[in-house]
Amino acid sequence: MNRTTPAGDARAGSLPTAYLRPGSASFTEFVAGVAPELLPGRRPLPAGMSLEAPHGTTIVAAEFAGGVIVAGDRRATMGNLIANRDMEKVYAADEYSVVGIAGTAGIAVELVKLYQVELEHYEKIEGTIMSLEGKANRLASMIRGNLGLAMQGLTVVPMFAGFDLDEGRGRIFSYDVTGGCYPERDHHSIGSGSLFARGSLKKLWRPGLGEAEVVRACLEALYDAADDDSATGGPDVGRRIWPTLAVLDQGGVRFLPDDDLAGIVEVIVAHRRGNPGGAR
Amino acid sequence: MSMPFYVSPEQLMKDKADYARKGIARGRSVIVLQYDRGIAFVAENPQSLRKISEIYDRIAFAAVGMYYEFENLRVAGIRYADLRGYSYDRSDVSARGLANAYAQTLGTVFTQEPKPYEIELCVAEVGLTPERDQIYRLTYDGSVADQHGFVVMGGASGAAEERLKAGWREGMPLADALIVAVAALAADPAGGEPRALAPDQLEVAVLDRNRPRRTFRRIVGPLLADLLNADSPTAHAPEVDEGIPGHHDTLSGEAPPN
Repeated sequence: MNRTTPAGDARAGSLPTAYLRPGSASFTEFVAGVAPELLPGRRPLPAGMSLEAPHGTTIVAAEFAGGVIVAGDRRATMGNLIANRDMEKVYAADEYSVVGIAGTAGIAVELVKLYQVELEHYEKIEGTIMSLEGKANRLASMIRGNLGLAMQGLTVVPMFAGFDLDEGRGRIFSYDVTGGCYPERDHHSIGSGSLFARGSLKKLWRPGLGEAEVVRACLEALYDAADDDSATGGPDVGRRIWPTLAVLDQGGVRFLPDDDLAGIVEVIVAHRRGNPGGAR
Repeated sequence: MSMPFYVSPEQLMKDKADYARKGIARGRSVIVLQYDRGIAFVAENPQSLRKISEIYDRIAFAAVGMYYEFENLRVAGIRYADLRGYSYDRSDVSARGLANAYAQTLGTVFTQEPKPYEIELCVAEVGLTPERDQIYRLTYDGSVADQHGFVVMGGASGAAEERLKAGWREGMPLADALIVAVAALAADPAGGEPRALAPDQLEVAVLDRNRPRRTFRRIVGPLLADLLNADSPTAHAPEVDEGIPGHHDTLSGEAPPN
């Protein structure tokens, strides 16, 4: 594949006209024009078929005083099998936002990669970062572009969270398969274990909690999700696999290192010995 | 269009080149130079329309001449780099590839369009070691030169080049490199007193060799004043971001809020 020299160019190797067209600062729109086959939603699919592909599962997000936390388990499943034990499902989209993915893993990862380039591309062309609402809307339009695949069972439903520099607080957005974008208050969860995680967060989260308390609440919510949902992976003490956890505040995105997570998770596990539901 | 008189190709090309050169000479100069920890870009440019820009992780762009012409090429370069990085890998985007694409584009416009681009470009990529730095200078007719050390583009570049030749050394710290570059920009081509250039009249950016991933940072405010002050001990830009809320591509030397 050589995208730099489509037919009709004045001279081989020179930048095609589409590259020089003024206007859009959107990478997705640019790619749709010059190389649509690179976009996940633009590939023709055989009709009426469904296939089994790995699925990612539970993501939780919760606000704290000064930011927002997003955490995800590490398991990907394919039917009744575990496809991957240490998959990352929470990605930094740019310096001030993260995307957590649930649904068909392959397409979700590709969508996140495209989204990361989309935001960086805008930053470079416009010389400024996009507003948080703008970012949430760009993601919505990319999910909308995936509707054809979703109707064949290859659904991607991400959750988006970011630090709003204008308002000085963390915000959470959820999506549906049609690209509907919904701002969420306080906390939210998506994926197969989300029912249990949401129930857990309802009991553990309170307004005004600090960062460390919300980190713990999110990890407990994932623990509760893994307890009752077979597709969500619990903390794997034997293999030293911990959930992915991102903290967003006015300094930007920071992923908690494994050593910190290990300490917190081990406290939670010890606390639940003889008290599996974590009653308090 | 009818051609009433015969014009020899030599004459045609010469006229176009003269036209482009005249246009470029009207603008202020831009200097790109290597320092020990990366590549610095210095332009006399008090306005918010940028002459220096990030293209990719380790690649940046500087230009002189007609703003709308190089802005178009800047955007095209970002599109080229992002598409390549997306469909291959981030490490597969190189300044050489981009310089070639720019050269072909400039060459095509120079030979086929009635009006040539009145611009000069520089595409630079910071390597992991100074020997692997790449600086390409492109002129209005599509010719490319692989430069070592420093590049001066734009009006009055002769006088500035002399100053740089005398002042630039390999492995200079950033502060020294910026002082030399600013002195070169301030030099009077007629040989008179150099002008005084205040930090707020300058657009300065670096590609910092030791940063991971995106290495481009603009240098502004107190940090720039400090680096340009020969009496100050500050020799380098910090290698960690400042934690000031907002776009992390700027280093200002201001303290982050608590």
